[in-house]
Amino acid sequence: MIELMEWREGAARQSEEPPKIEVRDVDFFYGKTQALKNVSLSVPVHAVTAIIGPSGCGKSTLLRTLNRIYEIYPDQHATGEILIDGADILDRRFPLSELRRRVGMVFQKPTPFATSIRNNVAFALSYYERLSRSEMADRVEDALRRAALWDEVKDKLGASALSLSGGQQQRLCIARTLAVRPDVILLDEPTSALDPISTARIEELIHELRGQFTIVIVTHNMQQAARVSQRTAFFHLGEVVEFGDTAQIFTNPRVQRTQDYITGRYG
Amino acid sequence: MGLVLLQRRAVDALAFLFASAATLFGLFWLFWILWTTFRRGLGAINVALFTQMTPPPGSTGGLLNAFYGSAVMIGFAVIVGAPLGVAAGTYLAEHGRYSRLAAAVSFLNDVLLSAPSIVIGLFVYEIVVRTSGHFSGYAGAIALAMILLPIVVRTSDEALRLVPDQMREAAFALGVPRWRVTAQILYKAAMTAILTGVLLGVARIAGETAPLLFTALNNQFWSGSLSGPLANVPVVIFQYAMSPYDEWHTLAWAGALVLTLFVLGLNLVVRMIAKRTSK
Repeated sequence: MIELMEWREGAARQSEEPPKIEVRDVDFFYGKTQALKNVSLSVPVHAVTAIIGPSGCGKSTLLRTLNRIYEIYPDQHATGEILIDGADILDRRFPLSELRRRVGMVFQKPTPFATSIRNNVAFALSYYERLSRSEMADRVEDALRRAALWDEVKDKLGASALSLSGGQQQRLCIARTLAVRPDVILLDEPTSALDPISTARIEELIHELRGQFTIVIVTHNMQQAARVSQRTAFFHLGEVVEFGDTAQIFTNPRVQRTQDYITGRYG
Repeated sequence: MGLVLLQRRAVDALAFLFASAATLFGLFWLFWILWTTFRRGLGAINVALFTQMTPPPGSTGGLLNAFYGSAVMIGFAVIVGAPLGVAAGTYLAEHGRYSRLAAAVSFLNDVLLSAPSIVIGLFVYEIVVRTSGHFSGYAGAIALAMILLPIVVRTSDEALRLVPDQMREAAFALGVPRWRVTAQILYKAAMTAILTGVLLGVARIAGETAPLLFTALNNQFWSGSLSGPLANVPVVIFQYAMSPYDEWHTLAWAGALVLTLFVLGLNLVVRMIAKRTSK
């Protein structure tokens, strides 16, 4: 444990830029069940941070605190501090709309809205910005291009989003998130419902987006974490067991539990 | 093993027999009613039915004023009841999902849903007909709206609850406020089911007689105004069927047939819409 703390301090010193997201002593409750226990970690800017761990370990829960989406459900609450660019977003005074514009989220199951491809992308955009028709068309195109979907849908922007394949739907959800120009993107097992080819495309996309966005990805798939991320946090039973450079976590974990998990002893 | 298998087969055959018999029993009456309505009503369908007013005893005529009165009252009931019902359903499914008030409203709505329509007729009689001093189309329309309202509340509540929470989360995760998510995303996803509820509600109120007896009453003559007694198909059928005159009986059968076809048609439209969206 002392070893771990020394290492954590070392890691903190290592990065020069201040972290984009700083999670401090966060506890999370579903009703009376505690799902996160005293979680602290810092997410570096313009990099991919992966969160891995067995089912029910709290990894999705952590993601859901970062944009306060859990607030939809009245029996869920979080305590502690989550600083994004230095401001505590768990503070109720922090405006939700502002938070969620800056912190976008893509979910496990593709969730296209039951409307056209164009409207899926334009929906949130038209709320945040007053755009002319042509500006809107440009922004929709830009978002779809960044999500590597433009070439497949450019001739059928008016078609229902439900007519797309699962992989395309997921990229549409990413485009929808990118359209409002967030700085942080949360990916909650974004490929677990997709086939291998669609998965590969999303992973490529994550590589491309890394330079401009801060990405936090929750994944069940350890190879995926190793492929796409620079930093990895291993969660178990609601706690951060180990957090460090991805290469180090996968080749030379410092904690026995991490080692057991990544070598497939449980999970 | 052979015995067990035989026993299972026997139980299966028996269950099949009972289920089929129950279905046939239900269908038998339905087809009997339809058959009788068609047999007696079909001969009475002619141009005069849709162009002439209800006749005095002993002469021929049509049901134009009754069709018109029914259409206007149903239309008015939909204009008042449907938006209110969708709004209340939205409150139950979205805004008040976890509140006690919503649970209470939902319960009261169920009570209203199962209230005998004659009670609603009496209620409107007391508050509208007695206070205004006369029967009127407005009173009839209000009574019909009160029957339509809980149907639309229930179906739009259920329609919105069928929209998966993931879609709600995805929309909220974009930072868009609730009313906008409801208006632009959830209504679109639930549109077919909400529309289905309204149409089924219309089918239900189209045949309501009891509440109209106390409210719109009837009118032998053409009346374009909702402020006075208004002819309508169900009450005309009721009065004509009870009368001793053959001409009136024929018209009652014709009215019954048109009403049946209208409700049947609405149900077909509902099915078609549902089928098209599920594709």
